[in-house]
Amino acid sequence: SNYVICFKLYLKPVNLAVQHLGSSVPVNQTKVTVNFINRDGEKITVKGSPGDSLLDVVINEDLDFDGFGACEGTLACSTCHLIFDEEMYKKLGPITDEEMDMLDLAYGLTDTSRLGCQICLTKSLEGMVARVPESVADIRQTKDGSS
Amino acid sequence: VICFCSPKVCIVGSGPAGFYTAQHLIKVWTVDIYERLPVPFGLVRFGVAPDHPEVKNVINTFTQTAKHSRCSFYGNVNVGKNVSITELQQAYHAVVLSYGAEGNRSMGVPGEDLAGVYSAKDFVGWYNGLPSCRELSPDLSCETAVILGQGNVALDVARILLSPIDILKKTDITQPALEALAESQVRRVLIVGRRGPIQIACTIKELREMVNLPDTRPDMVAADFDAVKEALKDLPRPRKRLTELMLKTALEVPGEKEQERRSKASRTWGFRFFRSPVEVLAEPSHSRIAGIRLAINKLEGSGEGAHAVLTGEVEDVSCGLVVSSIGYKSLPIDPSVPFDSRKAIIPNTMGRVKQAAGLYCSGWLKTGPTGVIATTMNNSFDTARSLVEDMDSGTLDVSAAKPGSQSISALLEKRGVKPVTFSDWEKIDNVEMKKGESSGKPREKLLTVEEMLVFALLYNVIEHLKSVFEEIK
Repeated sequence: SNYVICFKLYLKPVNLAVQHLGSSVPVNQTKVTVNFINRDGEKITVKGSPGDSLLDVVINEDLDFDGFGACEGTLACSTCHLIFDEEMYKKLGPITDEEMDMLDLAYGLTDTSRLGCQICLTKSLEGMVARVPESVADIRQTKDGSS
Repeated sequence: VICFCSPKVCIVGSGPAGFYTAQHLIKVWTVDIYERLPVPFGLVRFGVAPDHPEVKNVINTFTQTAKHSRCSFYGNVNVGKNVSITELQQAYHAVVLSYGAEGNRSMGVPGEDLAGVYSAKDFVGWYNGLPSCRELSPDLSCETAVILGQGNVALDVARILLSPIDILKKTDITQPALEALAESQVRRVLIVGRRGPIQIACTIKELREMVNLPDTRPDMVAADFDAVKEALKDLPRPRKRLTELMLKTALEVPGEKEQERRSKASRTWGFRFFRSPVEVLAEPSHSRIAGIRLAINKLEGSGEGAHAVLTGEVEDVSCGLVVSSIGYKSLPIDPSVPFDSRKAIIPNTMGRVKQAAGLYCSGWLKTGPTGVIATTMNNSFDTARSLVEDMDSGTLDVSAAKPGSQSISALLEKRGVKPVTFSDWEKIDNVEMKKGESSGKPREKLLTVEEMLVFALLYNVIEHLKSVFEEIK
């Protein structure tokens, strides 16, 4: 109908404008707000789409976390290690053995740690806070090396 | 006052240490990376197992760094031979040594030089196409292989020895290695460690891969696991999960399906604990190995700090292949650079080489040859931070202009050395990927330096000739 066509014509330029301005214009109501605390203790607030992983968000928003996501979300490293508060951690859903295997190697592992590439955004996680821990070193070290 | 020249640093070595150091410095510095081989990426290309392609994704980050306007790659340059460290120090404000560990720790036992004994470094280099390991031709005609060491490299070797060929043929393993493994008679691999299950150095992902390896079944010694169950409750989660998986694999009676799978398996693998090599035993003709003599140990102390103590007993194991996976080792590059031969590292504080202003180090050369790519990443960022600190504080003088690659390129040309640029590498990369296409592999690696140089340097000549012939037609 004419009404629907107008509605679509109206949305298109506004969406383009949103892309141009970045995610600070809250037009698309299904976006999820994510807060990252970086290694300097600064809070960075961005938005992601439901279904995006936290690694996707870091990449899409061009967040400058040194060395984050080295293996590009394939569960072959632990550099996207993030720490959550208890409340949020419980909302994050189950963790697979494969994720835990890699998470176990993360530096500064806590009981509320997860790998960012495995956490997918949903509306229920709106406003979540994820802390980027101090170091991204993987602790895999062969003990029969020198020193 | 605007500074028209950004400070210039050169990095020796293009593996993860070199590239991560570059990644951090590129924000402010002009970075030139020198690499002995025509191809970059070090152990990411030559160390990471062919069936772990995701681990190699870091190459994408490194490629981004290499293509940065302030970064240049110079392959086919042997620092120490084609150009000295002193000459580099004259040309650059700072020099970072990131050339890793190309030697290996020897077992130090008689018979180590017999045919049939290899270092894991060479074995891995062989199946990964490291030019210097091309002639290794390991003899895989025996039934039993013994691997000394129980770190992730040892598990990689075991897995490659026992993986079904159908899996390996889809990876970037070299063609000669694939053919040799297809003919391999090896059916049993023992992975031997000095200490006990709780001290094992491998990590859970690699152990899980062995447990789930098609057409294989585990073969452990139940007695090795006495006292392990009681120790479980005090272990931190990562160690606990690893130990639980080992216990389950070694002691638990499998369900019907798993029982059937195991009974059909044609290959076995297992850990042997509390064993140290004392002698490699030769056949009567003394030309090949017949087995290995292992000393039996007991543990003193517990946890990570427990150490192995000889009991005086020994045990002989028949085998035709021994792979020693007890650690890589760095080598000195230039007499002008301090080197700690006991620890086999360059003496340094936070990456600053001791008693050598303007000289830094990162990666395994700095801390010893342990740790994965992400460990090296952190290590390299730390060194880069030291450099930046020194520049900010004035400890490192960057006020005087330095010629950088201009003078080094001139020197190399005079000496008849033709560096391979990053876009030259991309030609090698394309050739390898194209070659791999027809056999369903991600790439078919070029196996000699000569071939690499031909494709890198003559590619342009060939393309030019092609276009000339097109015009003539």
